[in-house]
Amino acid sequence: MQDISLEVMPGEAVAIVGASGSGKSTLLGLLAGLDTPNSGQVQLDGADLFGLDEDGRAALRARLLGFVFQSFQLLPALNAVENVMLPLELAGEAGAADRAAKMLSRVGLGERLRHYPKTLSGGEQQRVALARAFVTQPKLLLADEPTGNLDAATGAGVIELMFEMNAEAHTTLVLVTHDEAIAGRCRRKIRLVAGRIDGEG
Amino acid sequence: MLRLALRMLLRDARAGELRVLALGLVLAVGGIASVAFFADRVRQALTREAHQVLGADVLMTADHAWTPEFRDEIARRGLSRAESMNFVSMARAGNETLLAAVKAVSPGYPLRGKLRIAPGLNVPDSDTDAVPPRGMVWLDERMMAALKVGQGDAIEVGRARFRVGAVLTLEPDRGVSFMNFAPRLMVRLEDLPATGLVQPGSRINYQLLAAGEREGIRQFEQWARARLGRGERIDSLENARPEVRAGLDRAQSFLGLTAMLAVVLSAVAIALGTRRYTQRHLDGYAVMRCMGASQSQLFALFTWEFLWLALAASFAGCVLGFGVQTLVAWWLAALIPGTLPPPGLSPVWQGAATGFVLLLGFALPPLLQLKEVPALRVIRRDVGPPRQGALAVYIMGLAAVFGLLLWHAGELNLASYVFGGFAAAFGLFAAIAYGALRLIGRFGRTGSVSWRYGLANLLRRPHANAVQIVAIAVGLTAILLLTTIRGDLLDAWRERLPPDAPDRFLVNIQPEQRQALSEFLERNGVERLQAFPMVRARLVAINGKPVGAEDYSEERAKRQIEREFNVTYLSALPADNKLTEGAWFGAGDLARGAVSIEHWIAERFGIRIGDTLEFLSAGRSFSAPVTSVRTLDWGSMRPNFFFITTPALLESFPASYIASFHAPAGDALLTLRLSQAFPNLTVIDVSVILRQLQFVMDQLIGAVQLVFLFALGAGVLVLYAALLATQDERTHEAAVMRALGASRAQVLAAQRAEFAVLGAIAGLLGSFGATAIGWTLATRVFQLDFIWDGWVWLAGPALGLACVVLNAWAGARAALGRPPIAALREAS
Repeated sequence: MQDISLEVMPGEAVAIVGASGSGKSTLLGLLAGLDTPNSGQVQLDGADLFGLDEDGRAALRARLLGFVFQSFQLLPALNAVENVMLPLELAGEAGAADRAAKMLSRVGLGERLRHYPKTLSGGEQQRVALARAFVTQPKLLLADEPTGNLDAATGAGVIELMFEMNAEAHTTLVLVTHDEAIAGRCRRKIRLVAGRIDGEG
Repeated sequence: MLRLALRMLLRDARAGELRVLALGLVLAVGGIASVAFFADRVRQALTREAHQVLGADVLMTADHAWTPEFRDEIARRGLSRAESMNFVSMARAGNETLLAAVKAVSPGYPLRGKLRIAPGLNVPDSDTDAVPPRGMVWLDERMMAALKVGQGDAIEVGRARFRVGAVLTLEPDRGVSFMNFAPRLMVRLEDLPATGLVQPGSRINYQLLAAGEREGIRQFEQWARARLGRGERIDSLENARPEVRAGLDRAQSFLGLTAMLAVVLSAVAIALGTRRYTQRHLDGYAVMRCMGASQSQLFALFTWEFLWLALAASFAGCVLGFGVQTLVAWWLAALIPGTLPPPGLSPVWQGAATGFVLLLGFALPPLLQLKEVPALRVIRRDVGPPRQGALAVYIMGLAAVFGLLLWHAGELNLASYVFGGFAAAFGLFAAIAYGALRLIGRFGRTGSVSWRYGLANLLRRPHANAVQIVAIAVGLTAILLLTTIRGDLLDAWRERLPPDAPDRFLVNIQPEQRQALSEFLERNGVERLQAFPMVRARLVAINGKPVGAEDYSEERAKRQIEREFNVTYLSALPADNKLTEGAWFGAGDLARGAVSIEHWIAERFGIRIGDTLEFLSAGRSFSAPVTSVRTLDWGSMRPNFFFITTPALLESFPASYIASFHAPAGDALLTLRLSQAFPNLTVIDVSVILRQLQFVMDQLIGAVQLVFLFALGAGVLVLYAALLATQDERTHEAAVMRALGASRAQVLAAQRAEFAVLGAIAGLLGSFGATAIGWTLATRVFQLDFIWDGWVWLAGPALGLACVVLNAWAGARAALGRPPIAALREAS
């Protein structure tokens, strides 16, 4: 990556688009502090991400970030409600089970709380992932190709839900996708080509 | 954190993620605990049983009367007490007189074991708790026959007259000591003064017997040892009956070995289980990092989860172990007389400690590696997991296993053999597995599509497959070792005391009687008569320096040096003897004269190879250099000699012969006829002792077999864990093949091809491993002759093929039973 300069305001929805290998995922990793750059800095809610150590970045993530992944990344040994409870439990917050159940009802899975990931369809798994991402009321939601593993109709449903929830919670959204239609739903669109920003619109 | 860890544990357990790990732990803990429980109780029972050969828990012997101090102390400590006096005296009945070994006993004798008596010769005998009543004596069969008396007849001993009360058929504490040559006459202690035989200067052996609960006895023995005076000694099991000792030691080794096998196998299962667990949790770990969990938080979370697991599994294992040992104890109740002492609590700690050490030894290093998992993995699949399987990761585990082996074996030798054996087997197995895979890669490129695809699969992940082959081979090694080879080892043990082991000793055979004696025995159906010349000689000087009792501080050494040794002369090394130093008599030695000496005697008297020993026999002396040191097999029931010389040296000395033979079954009167035909011979009947030994051995073997089941279970678990190891990948591959249009048959054939090769290699390695370990154990640890077993070489590959084919079938069915997309999604 080179010459990446970018500012995202609270409440904004930004799509990062580009072909495979253009550096979309790398950029997302840097924004989340999962990866470290050779040079440069990322400021998150006023904090210098790479001025912190790894545990400091983790604490920041716990406070600010929610994630949605292309391959869902639900823990196979945990059922739906337990997957949603996990970030609350790790943060040591009270009432995890109730909040998780409420959130699962919000994504339309109120009847499937005790189902394991392998017994859920792809769309259902991604909705559990959405519930997990929003349950901590993050300021920033990072979504990495959330429909990449879904068929078109299911994907559209998941995207619809994600934008709805985003709007309800006034969350800032950074969405990586190669789907122009989905990107079109975001106010800003940043195009990456070979590791550089190739225009914004 | 603690509660979250517990919740995570329950969730993982519910999802079946911990099956192998938990089972491995439960088996290890259960195996150790049950063996420990069982060994604890059986050891106590056997020790008690073995104490019968002393007639007491502690047997104290002196050449003078014991002071009241000792007697009172026994009473003061609440232990039971009995006394006896032993000496040799003439007994007279009618015109017959005979030198009798008189034993005067107090009521209660013996404290351990029972006397058996019969109303007459060749009448069935039975146990008794009594001792001879006042005015009565009990005679053994030889004495009855020689004095020609029956029940109720009169007999004179010293100045007193007695009546014959019964035939004494068994004294549990009689043993095989060559001191007990004379036939037995047993009398009540209170009747002894009337005989007038106890005079100042009489050679009388005073015995004080004590018995009671273990701790009290231990303390009393300690107390008494500190106060022993000259001519006083305490007989322990170690020096009383070496042949019983040998059997006990061997059984304990077997038991310890079984426990260790369970530990090693469970360790393998746990290592495999942890590997699978961490691999399956890599993504979850990365996701939690994305959620903002710190490394230390996650490390603590997983560590606590594992600690909870260790706690739960240890508890389950201990319960299982206790259950099994209860079952074993119940099963053995018929065999072991009296009730088994209750088990202590220490096995619980042993089991739990084993569980914790094993789990932490194998789980912590991979957990530490988890810290290295980049969170980026969740969005970039090309960011790989940390390298697994490096030796360094398992060093802690290996150290843990070795520590446990050492702890449970209680001796460095056995622990080193087992650990070294397994370590060498692992290394060798891994090398052979890699080699075989490469060979297949080079030459196995022909055949059907499925066959080639299957082989290609093998080569695509040589590391994982080599691990799998090694694990399956180890599992099979254990199973084969525990089934086929175990039987052979136990048979070899039984062989030591075959049903036709010599059970009669003949002493004092005169040279001119040898011919007539062997003809007599041949007529009576005795097949093999082994005779050794025996010269009685005192050791008087070592390297020209005179030696005597004052040169040695050890009581036994003092006694031995003042007595005559039984020395024999032979040109060939006796079959049961093993040389530990030097060389057996060569041509030069035979011409010049030389001595071979027993190992312990050499140590006791400080004799080394090259020392010249001088002996005195019947007023003449002879001397010769020591050229070899031997160990004897006290379990062999054959005449053993501390000193063996070259024939030329001793042939001119007056010698008698000692012989041993096995009496044909059903000829109860042979001993009697033998004494009548050769009145000067001393016939020692050890058949009762031999039966006792065989009985002890049989019950030990039965018990050992039961405990083997644990190790067997662990072996099967290793197999299961090994097969699970690559199941995720295989499920995924099967789905990919299906998606690409392969038929069910093709997928199955490809997996079968892959597994057939895996199974065959692993099976052969297993056969090899089991044979090698069996051989090592037999020859190095148990000192048994190894019996080759051809079946192992068939059973190994067959088992290997069977289980992998079965697994392939089950695994492939799981993969094929659902639409490929489901399997693909799950595996992604």
